[in-house]
Amino acid sequence: MMPALEYRQSTPRFLAARGASSTKLGGRMSGVLASNVAPLRLVHRAEPSLPSGGDWVRLRPLLSGICGSDVSLLTGRSSPYFGAVVSMPFVPGHEVVAETLDDLPGLPKGSRVVVDPVLSCAVRGGEPCRWCVAGQHSRCDRVTAGRVSAGLQTGYCTDTGGGWGRQMVAHAAQLHAVPDTLDDRRAVLVEPLSCAVHSVRRAQVPEGAAVLIVGAGTVGLLTLLALRALTKAGPIYVVAKHAHQHARARELGATEVFQPSRAARAVRRACGGTLEQPMIGGDFLLGGADVAFECTGAGAGLDMALRLVRAGGTVLLSGMPSGGVDLTPVWFRELNLVGSYASSGRPATETTTAEAAADEQGAGEPAGGTFAEAMALAAEAPLDGYVDAVYPLSRWREALGHAAKAGQLGAVKVAFDPSRN
Amino acid sequence: MSRPGFVLEVDERTPPLLVHQGEGFLLERFPLGTRVVYPPDSLPPIANVDAAIQRALLHPVDSPPLPDLLRPGMRLTIVFDDLSLPLPQMRPPDIRQRVIENVLELAAEAGVDDVELIAANSLHRRMTPAELKRIVGERVFRAFFPKHLRNHDAEDPDGLVHLGTTPHGEDVEINRRAAESDLIVYANINLTAMSGGSKSVTVGLGSYKSLRHHHNVHTLRHSRSFNDPPNSAMHHSYDRMAEVLGEAVKVFTVETTLNLDSFPNHVGFLNRREWEWGIGDQLSYLAAKRANDLTPPKLRRRVWQNNDAPYGVTGVNAGRPDSVHPLTLANVHRQQLTEVQGQSDIGVWGLPFICPYNVNSIMNPILVMSLGLGYFFNLYRNQPIVRRGGVGIFYHPMPKEFHPVHHPSYIDFFEEVLPQTTDPAAIEAKYEQQYAQDPWYRHLYRTSYAYHGVHPFYMWYWGAHAMEHLGDVIFVGADRKTAAVMGFRAASSLADALEMARDTVGSSPSITYLHAPPVTLADVR
Repeated sequence: MMPALEYRQSTPRFLAARGASSTKLGGRMSGVLASNVAPLRLVHRAEPSLPSGGDWVRLRPLLSGICGSDVSLLTGRSSPYFGAVVSMPFVPGHEVVAETLDDLPGLPKGSRVVVDPVLSCAVRGGEPCRWCVAGQHSRCDRVTAGRVSAGLQTGYCTDTGGGWGRQMVAHAAQLHAVPDTLDDRRAVLVEPLSCAVHSVRRAQVPEGAAVLIVGAGTVGLLTLLALRALTKAGPIYVVAKHAHQHARARELGATEVFQPSRAARAVRRACGGTLEQPMIGGDFLLGGADVAFECTGAGAGLDMALRLVRAGGTVLLSGMPSGGVDLTPVWFRELNLVGSYASSGRPATETTTAEAAADEQGAGEPAGGTFAEAMALAAEAPLDGYVDAVYPLSRWREALGHAAKAGQLGAVKVAFDPSRN
Repeated sequence: MSRPGFVLEVDERTPPLLVHQGEGFLLERFPLGTRVVYPPDSLPPIANVDAAIQRALLHPVDSPPLPDLLRPGMRLTIVFDDLSLPLPQMRPPDIRQRVIENVLELAAEAGVDDVELIAANSLHRRMTPAELKRIVGERVFRAFFPKHLRNHDAEDPDGLVHLGTTPHGEDVEINRRAAESDLIVYANINLTAMSGGSKSVTVGLGSYKSLRHHHNVHTLRHSRSFNDPPNSAMHHSYDRMAEVLGEAVKVFTVETTLNLDSFPNHVGFLNRREWEWGIGDQLSYLAAKRANDLTPPKLRRRVWQNNDAPYGVTGVNAGRPDSVHPLTLANVHRQQLTEVQGQSDIGVWGLPFICPYNVNSIMNPILVMSLGLGYFFNLYRNQPIVRRGGVGIFYHPMPKEFHPVHHPSYIDFFEEVLPQTTDPAAIEAKYEQQYAQDPWYRHLYRTSYAYHGVHPFYMWYWGAHAMEHLGDVIFVGADRKTAAVMGFRAASSLADALEMARDTVGSSPSITYLHAPPVTLADVR
């Protein structure tokens, strides 16, 4: 038996959290909602057993991050859409640096690894779907099939367990060895950084393009890091609420950082165009940035991104979307709305299919995919202090409260250390 | 016979003195020994204004009578000051209306058909039709608007003409219609000594290309003060430009001056010296103060803006601009000048609800700065009322509030520029061109009712001389965050402000309070 945080099926609690968080007061009390209303509890449960088939290994999580999507789930803000691609109860936690408890070829027991959480065909066995064949496993069509229960990722799947438990299982295809030079606090950032690298690839940022990043939490900052490292983007403007986020964004190479309240005017000043002020709703630009990355996961963030991108520009959804948004700018300004989920670049299983090859976005990644790039970036980038709050599972309510208010509290990434009592 | 200006020294018997504080006012008890500078009593107005106008038009200074300058087939352009003058707005009929009507009558008698009226709004916002009508009157508005009565457009490439450069290399570019006219008649109101004269046409109908030669930090720092034209680098530049203008087009100017009846009767105590307040004044102060404090902010603003001033006209002079203007200045001085002996450690100014750029609008923080450190600080001749390195104490709540239609570039200036630097020279070097050439600001200036993109810069430069001169600037009653963005300190009371000023001027500073409005021009010896 092991301690773990378990998310169980409870539609009334999910809806209660969702209803409460949709109010102004509830929005301010998201930490309380996440830790008290959400159907999450600390339990002692059996360690997950190794699924059938080879290449599975038990892991002992060393650090497991609390992602914005986790907070979104626990506050009921995430879309019910995902209900069909998870299996309950599950142990959350998909940003994991762990130690292997079993030997694998080329990866001896006791190795430190980070986990690519996507549970795609390579993990589930059976005939690979066309996306996995093409090496674009984040698009896998078979996340509800195969030898483990439904779940888009580790951390949403009953059989695999998750990082918020003392033990979990993972397939060899999910694992990336961590070099000794990379400490745990940097290693736990590799998964979100890999997502950021993937989103930057997806956006195909032209040389010299003016880029807007809406949000400067973990996703926004790591997206900025990836943009500066991997593209020849021109000026990069960041919308950030908090002073420490301004400072970090500047450190990572932001051209300018704006408060949300003056984002529209500031982007207009920086990128040109005219500011239009409708009778109802936010201001928008005729003109604006070439590419915008929505990194908040909130409807307001996406709304801002759509309003501040020039005609024909690209808005990339990096944060997991929640809340309704007026899509009129997509139509009126002929915007390209691009999704970016998880990471990419797992080795292709077979010859690329015609459809996958025809999809240019996501192409051009080096061998080893976005995780390899993220690992390299995590080693070099000024990420000290990004993981500055680590909690044992027993203090899960405090941890979730901290994560829900990370920006206000001066934190970037809050994590669990499941091995601590 | 009006009494001359007066400097009161506060003693034990001095009552609390009225201080303006934005859309409000208070009675403040000043420390013993404080000098209070009052303007002369309001001058008696001209009884028959129309007769005075006609006399000025028929017997001009250094010019043939206006009828002799008018002939059939000629192009006549009548130019008039915009709503930035007078302050507060004048109770109708506006003196400009009377001048224009008289000029038009003479033009009609002479058979002049090609007549256009242009508001000399320079880089100020366009006036709305209602605002134009208020200035020119119903009859003229109906006859000329919109085809032959319009605002000047300083960004119309086809509507400007470059007349040449001064010996100092200053571009003179003005409104094409006016420049290509046979005669410009200018209808002016001179409320302060800085207005009128060479400024009227060259600035009022000028473009950014022209204005940048005198509306800049260097010139403003060497205009001491800009209400003292002989000692104002800005006016020297105006004069040079007027010479170029004079070679290209004939200008016949009509300059008028007003007395100090700045507030209507129901708040007449605002026009009077406090120790002369009768029971009626005291009761009306209490009632007005109470009502004002209880009124919601938006309604309060509307009430203040609708308080038309019952000014009387004290002078009408017409003719050749450089001959007329000295007469106008003499009239302004007769009404506003008060002699003050020496400077003090601290200067105090109460800033009212109105400045030239928030008529029917909002006094945003940059305009507060410009009103205080620009207009009010510069209400002097010879030398400022406060010594170099002294402290300026201004009263204003300074809310962070902007009119989004009238002042769009001000919002960006406040949010983008001031957090980087408040140094006028640094601001000028790095940002002025960006704002002046921003297509959106140009668009709004030309098609909406926005001040030109460069206008907040000019307001900041307006305070450049004071910023350089003063050792500290404190705003009593101001929003602390807003004041801090602008590099100033905020105090909750005069006592706090004086305490804060101790570091700069010691514990027993000499203090001078310039009691305005009504406008007072201190002649500091």
